Amino acid sequence: MADPTNIPELKDRIEIPKLVEGATSHYKCHPAKEKHLTPLGFPGSRPDDWHDIAITRLGELLKESKSLKVFMDICVKCGACTDKCHYYLGTKDPKNMPVARQDLLRKVYRKYYTLSGKIFGKLAGAEALTEDVLKDWYTYFYQCSECRRCSVFCPYGIDTAEVTMAAREIMHSIGIGQKYTLEIIDKVETTGNNLGIPEGALVGTLEVLEEEIEEETGVKVKIPLDQKGSDILLITPSADVFSEPHIFSLMGYAKVFHQAGVSWTLSSYASEFANFGLFIGGQEHLQKVAQRIADIAREFKVKRIIVGECGHAWRVGYSYWNTLIGPFDFLDPDYKTPTHICEYTNGLIEQGAIKLDKEANDEYVVTMHDSCNVARASRMGDKPGGQFDIPRALIDASCNHHVEMDPNTTKEKTFCCGGGGGLLSEEIIDLRVQGAMPRATSLKQVMDSHGVNFMAMICAICKAQFSTVLPYYDIPRDIVGGIHQLVSNAIQLGTNKV
Amino acid sequence: MTIDLIFTVITYVVLVIFLGGFLYKIWLYATTPAPLKIPTTPAPTSAIGVSGRLASEVIFFKSLFKGNKWIWLGGYLLHVAFFLLILRHLRYFMDPIPEILIILQQAGIYGGMFLLVPILYLAYRRFMVDRVRYISAFGDFFILFLLLSIVLSGIGLKYFYRTNIMDVKMFIMGILTFHPAKFPDSGLFIVHYSLILFFLVYFPFSKLMHSGGIFFSPTLNQIDNPREKRHSIS
Ligand code: SF4
Ligand code: SF4
Ligand code: SF4
Repeated sequence: MADPTNIPELKDRIEIPKLVEGATSHYKCHPAKEKHLTPLGFPGSRPDDWHDIAITRLGELLKESKSLKVFMDICVKCGACTDKCHYYLGTKDPKNMPVARQDLLRKVYRKYYTLSGKIFGKLAGAEALTEDVLKDWYTYFYQCSECRRCSVFCPYGIDTAEVTMAAREIMHSIGIGQKYTLEIIDKVETTGNNLGIPEGALVGTLEVLEEEIEEETGVKVKIPLDQKGSDILLITPSADVFSEPHIFSLMGYAKVFHQAGVSWTLSSYASEFANFGLFIGGQEHLQKVAQRIADIAREFKVKRIIVGECGHAWRVGYSYWNTLIGPFDFLDPDYKTPTHICEYTNGLIEQGAIKLDKEANDEYVVTMHDSCNVARASRMGDKPGGQFDIPRALIDASCNHHVEMDPNTTKEKTFCCGGGGGLLSEEIIDLRVQGAMPRATSLKQVMDSHGVNFMAMICAICKAQFSTVLPYYDIPRDIVGGIHQLVSNAIQLGTNKV
Repeated sequence: MTIDLIFTVITYVVLVIFLGGFLYKIWLYATTPAPLKIPTTPAPTSAIGVSGRLASEVIFFKSLFKGNKWIWLGGYLLHVAFFLLILRHLRYFMDPIPEILIILQQAGIYGGMFLLVPILYLAYRRFMVDRVRYISAFGDFFILFLLLSIVLSGIGLKYFYRTNIMDVKMFIMGILTFHPAKFPDSGLFIVHYSLILFFLVYFPFSKLMHSGGIFFSPTLNQIDNPREKRHSIS
């Protein structure tokens, strides 16, 4: 991977930069080629009448999506969101201010779909869809991680992520897409996981992991694959099987299940929790990617589905599965579908069914990075805010030292890692590094003040992104880890009856 | 044609555009499907909770307060003063005038004059804060200018070129009861009244639709219960 050329200096606090126009206009994701576009049902190249097709598609979306329709109309340009996006804070590019990003689409909406825009044009903030505007779309709608931070501070809840998704959908209708995301969607739709790993490799890796656990603990902990008739189907991001530090969390889940004495299984057919269909808008691929999971759950006759640590995928599972691949009347109605592994483990701890030894993590001073999709687009447990409390309860159950970062950068106000929304792609490493500046700043604060040396999170993308970009800020990559990595360290195997 | 007839006709046309446009937009917002659950969380888990959330946004601008205290202050004062001003003007639309409006009369007058402060402050921000200037189109300055003109002409009517308010009331009541009456014969009143008519026409075609639109914002008005209750694609 090429090294970034422009690494922001970390200041004592997150500063609001002066605008630098065009600062990131040259950061561009590799465009999708025909071979990435056509399998997903998009035109393989830009048609001659692209302009009309795009405008028509925009019109359709305005009829299909209340959020798009309402958000296009009601922004008052108050400016409250302008300093809320990590990409703006990190890059200084004004088009990364949430409202300015929305305006890239809004001005076209006004031109073609509002009376005032048709009559007064520029005066009413309207602009035709030209080659230049399209270029801006491709650039800046792929500089949004769809993290929803802006929506928290907007008086009308305007969520730029919705606008970004719509813009990406429109671009797809004229054969313009981003290689990274489309490639992954195709892989998961054809192989069952984002990495395109075949079943054989999966079996081998899981065996290695089992051996590692046994070596380290002396206990034989199974990581079952394709065990029909198990009670629990575990769906987890494929990164949990193949990347570090993700695998440490997978070991944690396995130990929890082992200790709870339940029968569980992974599936090779549905070996992916991540669902990049979310990033491109529309329901078609979102649904298609998720469908494998419902199908295999039915086939395996499991009682419940538990899911692993992944931010955007938890959003999809929590908020959309029931709509897209439900109803789950074939599962045991006593359990929530899906159940997050954090909810599950926390329940076991509360019942006293598993025991944790906090001292096992005494070398760590832990802080929590709330992953944005978990924080702002989902819940855990029964109460609003459970998505903050339950992971923290797990940290406190597994560790003695836990400190919080600046409250303006956690919970609902959390900053995205800078790699979400399909932007975890190598060619935009500069953007990713700059987008991580706000989080790196608040992390550095607690490193300096409290000696924090472990940032816990529950998102596969966050883990990958931080492991890559934090070293550029002189923060060691092994500061990044999963909640269940801490659980894994602390859980007492074999102390209670299995 | 007399001026009375002209203003009577224009007023009815404006009212039709305003009400028709506003209701049409609301109808669009209400009937456009929301295919997925997208409340910005943490979100209420019941309908009552959602009402509370919306109320806290509409009454206190809660999210804006989180976002930026200065914009909140400017925006909040603008809306409160505007609200008082509307209350104060209700006396022209009602006969007899309810007791409460008479009590609030003075507050409304001060509110109206005070409105100048947030208008000028928000205009100042639009010009001076680089981020806000960048996102402002002509229309964003224009609406402040329009409000400013309405307020200034109103102050002028109240303190400098007084119109016979009984004439004003007769005219308005005439419109409301479909018995057109004489249009108050005063230059400044014509200005004030025309600006308001323009404001009403402009309303449904502009960002002023945030007033009704906020209730249809899915991130604010959805209940956070997707696992418990299946949200169907509609
Ligand atoms: S959704 Fe996130 S990345 Fe996109 S504009 Fe809003 S704050 Fe920025
Ligand atoms: S906070 Fe909302 S209303 Fe204000 S400028 Fe941003 S998107 Fe528009
Ligand atoms: S990767 Fe993590 S922090 Fe970034 S968008 Fe996804 S959930 Fe949010």
